[in-house]
Amino acid sequence: MSGPKYRHSDPVDFLIIGAGAAGGVMAKELATAGFRVVVLEQGPYLHEKDYSHDEIKYTIQPGLTNDSKTQPILFRRSAADSFKPFKAIEYGRQVGGGTVHFTGNYWRFHESDFEERSLFGEIPGTGFADWPISYADLEPWYTKAEYDVGVSGLAGADPFEAPRSKPYPLPPMPVKSSGVIFERAARKLGLHPFPAPVAILSQPYQGRAACSHCGFCESFGCEMGAKSSTLVSVIPVAERTGRCEIRPNSYVRKIQTDASGRASGAIYFDAARREVFQRARVVVACANGVETPRLLLMSKSNRFPQGLANSSGLVGKYLMWDNGASACGLFEHPLNEYKSIQATRLIHDYYRADAKRGFYGGGGIDARFDFYPAGFALEGLPPDAPRWGAGYKQMLAQYFTHTMTLLAHATSLPMERNDVTLDPAVKDAWGLPAVRITYDFHPDDLANMKWLLGRQKEILEAAGAKKIWSPYSIDATGTSRHLMGTCRMGNDPARSVVNRESRAHDVPNLFLVDGSNFVTSARQQPTATIQALAYRAADLMARAAKRGELK
Amino acid sequence: MQVSRRQWLFGSATLPAWADIAAAQQHAHEAAGSPKARLEVLDAAVAGEIEALTSQIIPSGDSPGAREAGVIWFIDRALATFEAEKREAYREGMEEVQHKRREMFPDSTAIAALTSEQQAALIHAIETTPFFELLRTHTVLGFLGSPSYGGNQGQVGWKHIGFESRMAWKPPFGYYDGQSE
Repeated sequence: MSGPKYRHSDPVDFLIIGAGAAGGVMAKELATAGFRVVVLEQGPYLHEKDYSHDEIKYTIQPGLTNDSKTQPILFRRSAADSFKPFKAIEYGRQVGGGTVHFTGNYWRFHESDFEERSLFGEIPGTGFADWPISYADLEPWYTKAEYDVGVSGLAGADPFEAPRSKPYPLPPMPVKSSGVIFERAARKLGLHPFPAPVAILSQPYQGRAACSHCGFCESFGCEMGAKSSTLVSVIPVAERTGRCEIRPNSYVRKIQTDASGRASGAIYFDAARREVFQRARVVVACANGVETPRLLLMSKSNRFPQGLANSSGLVGKYLMWDNGASACGLFEHPLNEYKSIQATRLIHDYYRADAKRGFYGGGGIDARFDFYPAGFALEGLPPDAPRWGAGYKQMLAQYFTHTMTLLAHATSLPMERNDVTLDPAVKDAWGLPAVRITYDFHPDDLANMKWLLGRQKEILEAAGAKKIWSPYSIDATGTSRHLMGTCRMGNDPARSVVNRESRAHDVPNLFLVDGSNFVTSARQQPTATIQALAYRAADLMARAAKRGELK
Repeated sequence: MQVSRRQWLFGSATLPAWADIAAAQQHAHEAAGSPKARLEVLDAAVAGEIEALTSQIIPSGDSPGAREAGVIWFIDRALATFEAEKREAYREGMEEVQHKRREMFPDSTAIAALTSEQQAALIHAIETTPFFELLRTHTVLGFLGSPSYGGNQGQVGWKHIGFESRMAWKPPFGYYDGQSE
């Protein structure tokens, strides 16, 4: 935590809101390009020594995520229901954001993801649309992201992957038993399994140590610094420039605008809950797919009565969900899946949507273990297993080391009715309006998850699993951790919030760069694309600033 | 989609803050290191009754169960700290269980004094109640959570399921990846 201390009244070049997947990248790119940067982060500034293997703290309690005790969330499935308190969405809340506690999956989108509306056709009642940019626009930035943060994988191993200008900087992680079982079964079925690309170091890289296979990636902060969070990869580079100030525990309540309608900075609560107004020439919101639209809606003014950058009325709309399906299999010999990273093999054979299936959708399926000890005992056993007693105890001993999961990562159609709004009555601990989430599936989302679950069970059968079960029902919405849509990207200011450069249509010096830009959901695993968008936007911003456009 | 549905068990408006968790671990640390470990919230009689129920959920036998893992210590400390708002649920829940016990076994004096078969019958009678769900959750957390919370003493829960908490492992991790090398 070194670096400059900028004065609040002195406008910095760029004020970045959120130090996560996108904000960390933005800080590094803009500071190394010579600009003066302040990053405001809601959460604390933690380090490897602050993390641990404590399952209760990080999976049962919100150790690294938003705490709905202080930031309540209200949820309903549709306008016919009333809102009830429920932690429907979850995001990383510290310097590094969600990249601190994420599983590390780092999938590029396919070329088709950017033009699915053209390829698949119209889906009535939805906002299904092409992106205003193509895979080719993002390809250099995917590559830059992979090399900057450190990604392990094997180029060319997936026959469906989009063209890439460079291989991964690091070889794939060692395969686990789940990966071996999955690979054999998938090949038997004529599928094309490949090593999972992950933002986790298989070898030492740029002064950071390689992964030691402790097994605590998903939901945990990496105690080795081997998970390629922005906290350990790009943020230290930003700070070393001497031009980037990271301000943790800084909770923004409003983006301020001046008489000309340009952003002039942001008002936030500091750690002591004092209001501070930081002035800036350019404001960049990287607060995530829920907090960014919330902040815009809170930034109402006489000039922007519907909220900032919301002339389209679409801020907060088209929220997409972390859809998926889970199947478990029991095997004869020990897998010990609690060791090492979660997923080591996956398939993209079912990725592309195919109208012949009778619905829109697709997904990637990975082999992993999705449980830690207590979570497995609470939710991992087959639904027909005893829930207490000697039989329960015996099954825990038999199943924990012998079970693996196939997890499908599935599409979520953009629908205007699924949205983020502000609650008129409920406030958070800072007195700001609580987030309200309305989300329900499109029928095709459900049909797709059901279909994928069938494919998962097929693979487990081909693998010779002794027992196969699904720990969750598909129509439970659960908690979404991939916050996408809500400030969608488009060329038409009446039908989108940001342009193809992630710049707000309504405010020339306001950029929104995070999962909120997503036009479609692809097949989840949004982090690589969030970061590619951030690299691209930072480059465009730096050029515009140097041309004098952003003064 | 990740394993996040367990949030449902805990509601949403009542999640404790970090400081509470740190306090729970401090309590547990002090209790474990001290010969005069004492209950903070539950009185000894109630603790004995709750422990009898947890011992039906994860029984002792060939290997240690909830009792040997010290699940009751986990529960007491949880109720003293990050689950403090669940004290009332325990009070009411145990009242209902005792009521059910008297109904089923009119001559009995306490849950702990029932035979194991009677205790199992009692659990069968309450296994769909919200209190049982809470008790089961706490029993599991006390059996398989970090020992720093006062349960899983001697890591007996982890040993039972074959889990070991380490900072480093080397491949092969399991039978199948070992076989393929």
